[in-house]
Amino acid sequence: MIQTVDFFTPIVDDPYMFGQIAAANALSDVYAMGGEPKVALNIVGFPNCLDPQILGEILKGGANKVKEAGAVLVGGHSIQDNEPKYGLCVSGFVHPDQMYKNYGCQQGDVLVLTKPIGCGIVNTAVKAGIASDKAIQETQKIMASLNKNAKEASMAYDIHACTDITGFGLIGHCAEMAIASGVSFEIKASSVAYIEEAVQYANMGLIPAGAYKNREHFEKIVCFEGVEEVYEDLLYDPQTSGGLLFSISEKEVDAFLAELKEKKVDTDICVIGRVIPKQEQCIKIRS
Amino acid sequence: MITIDTTGDVCPVPVIKTKKAMEQSGAKELLVIVDNEVAMNNVRKMAVSLGAEVTIEKINDTKIQLVIQNHQQTTQKECCEKEMQEVQKEKAAKVVVAIASDKMGSGKKKLGRILMKGFLFALSQLEELPETILFYNRGAYLTTRGSESIEDLRLMEEQGVEILTCGTCLDFYEKKDQLEVGNVTNMYQIVEILSKADKVIRP
Repeated sequence: MIQTVDFFTPIVDDPYMFGQIAAANALSDVYAMGGEPKVALNIVGFPNCLDPQILGEILKGGANKVKEAGAVLVGGHSIQDNEPKYGLCVSGFVHPDQMYKNYGCQQGDVLVLTKPIGCGIVNTAVKAGIASDKAIQETQKIMASLNKNAKEASMAYDIHACTDITGFGLIGHCAEMAIASGVSFEIKASSVAYIEEAVQYANMGLIPAGAYKNREHFEKIVCFEGVEEVYEDLLYDPQTSGGLLFSISEKEVDAFLAELKEKKVDTDICVIGRVIPKQEQCIKIRS
Repeated sequence: MITIDTTGDVCPVPVIKTKKAMEQSGAKELLVIVDNEVAMNNVRKMAVSLGAEVTIEKINDTKIQLVIQNHQQTTQKECCEKEMQEVQKEKAAKVVVAIASDKMGSGKKKLGRILMKGFLFALSQLEELPETILFYNRGAYLTTRGSESIEDLRLMEEQGVEILTCGTCLDFYEKKDQLEVGNVTNMYQIVEILSKADKVIRP
């Protein structure tokens, strides 16, 4: 049995969308472990000065995501709070032999990422009031997308390690996985899928503070070779409800990519790099 | 040199304030004061992306000064203004005036003609002119020789209003060589213009 809990403050204006994103984010932890969510409980903080209808929309968004995940929302708990908060406590199941761990990468493995990155930067551009409608819509779609299909596509394959990309950014979660596995990762920055407008916004200096914190924390173990600064920022950008990162043997990767497509994973999938023998710098990033 | 003090501002506000100042003030040199490293890095990145040179001086932990040499201040400004104009143009609703007669309303013919002349004059005085004026059927009498509204229509045409008269109608009334203002159009174009309009005015 897998138990997980996650909640946060609104990152988008639309309450229904916020509900969906918060739920997709909370459910993601179960998928990252190879599990299937079964039961969920709401966690709510809400100010009494706001229209209760807004809360209704948030809960509706969350409930619909839980339904999409095939789980049951059985209740929850709410408190009065100065700012709205929403999330889920999720219970799921996985056979112990089939549980994905965030370690176990083998040399020669290929690294597959199931969602584009850059949503922290786009959300900063939203705060600045300059994000385009297209960027906002695309980012919201990515954040609200469940990792369900990607996980289901992976079940027939020998996944050596898996994690979901969230607050530590792509680099942070790669580092975590590489260190725990006793290997190094070689990542090709140009192979990573980015939200198109995020590149432009990163160039304009719309980088969230979290990206700098990630850089500060991980830069000692990362080495960049000829990577433009803007892509460094993107690779450190903290994600909300990001995609799954799989480490899978090279032999199986083509079939796995085809399976992801067949299972209708609707976000951009990319092969970002491969697992190499342990080196001084645990993450090597080429342009 | 102008100074932008962003002390106490939360990101991305310092970036936006500096960007606006660089694009709108036209100043060659800007001094930006920030109170944290995230803001410092973000302001630097933004300024460099606009082609500026940045020098940074850390006064203490909560005061960092950036001096920005803004090389492209004029082009940036023009660029920004052009964008603004385009945005405004896009936002303005497409108004099309469709005129199917040389008279306004039904009743005495003489009154109808006086009203139509008055309508076209009043239209030419609007602050926001329509995008297109279509003339068909007896409307063709208004854009051809003998019309008393030619002056008003020319005035609007000079200000970018598209004046179009139906070719079939000109043929029918044998006025093809008497067109005084605007161009000739056909039914396909008329249908397209009407169907793409946000608002159609029929006097």
